[in-house]
Amino acid sequence: MKLEELRKIRERVQQELSLREGKARIKIIIGMGTSGIAAGARETLRAFLSEIENRNLTDVLVTQTGEKGLASQEPVVIVEESGKPGIVYGMVTPEVAKRIVAEHIVNGVVVSEYVIQVEE
Amino acid sequence: MDELLLHVLDIVQNSISAGASLISVEIRERIKEDLLEITVEDNGRGMDEETLKMVEDPFFTTKSGKKVGLGIPLLKQTALSTGGDLKVKSQAGKGTRIKAQFPRSHIDLPPLGDLRGTILALVYASERADILFRYLKNGRELVLDTREIKAILNDVPLSHPSVIKFLREFINEKVKELERIFPEQD
Repeated sequence: MKLEELRKIRERVQQELSLREGKARIKIIIGMGTSGIAAGARETLRAFLSEIENRNLTDVLVTQTGEKGLASQEPVVIVEESGKPGIVYGMVTPEVAKRIVAEHIVNGVVVSEYVIQVEE
Repeated sequence: MDELLLHVLDIVQNSISAGASLISVEIRERIKEDLLEITVEDNGRGMDEETLKMVEDPFFTTKSGKKVGLGIPLLKQTALSTGGDLKVKSQAGKGTRIKAQFPRSHIDLPPLGDLRGTILALVYASERADILFRYLKNGRELVLDTREIKAILNDVPLSHPSVIKFLREFINEKVKELERIFPEQD
């Protein structure tokens, strides 16, 4: 497998994105500070990527941030959707990550038991 | 942290917080010398001498709103507890270089850890800084430069499912190659 194969993927995805003319609908931000990493944020990131791949979600962006000052709630994940307040989730294990994708990102229902903050 | 690679991820996040645009991560296993070396070098804002003296103190941090800065002290503690060492070189305005050495055979040396998951996390950190990752073992090396990936992808997001699939398989294959060459060392 060569990195060059990524070029073909880019060409295909670029066509697909130009047809849709849209930016990402949802942004998932994963806290990767010291306490987040120690609490399993790397596995949480992997779970989100895996779910996006398996469900073929083409309008979701995954990004990382540093410490959020919520160490006791790590791994912390923020889900931002344009026009809506950002939802901050705490203790996001890979299993919770799967639920967030299925319930919040796909079906639009916030997973309330893991919400620790709502950003204005 | 129970894996050395988690320390690496943590130090990389420090570099990103320090405004680095390029971070080099090198893991070198010197089998004959019984050494494992981890080097993280960045072109971030660096530290002056005074800050450098304090950086190994777990109760020191330059970040506001945070009481402790644990990345370097935690790695240093792990290095020292195995008879290894950690050195930090830094220059204000130029960047920082952290090099940790560990005796590979020490009974208390934590495992290197999840190489695939860590490389993937580094690739997805590259939205904030470019990362050059190198893992060298007995003259063989696994190299991944996020600048190459980004140059190919252009404006296509890393989070597109097709890109995720490719990167996951690509990293998996590279790690497998390394494991195939030296199965007895893993």
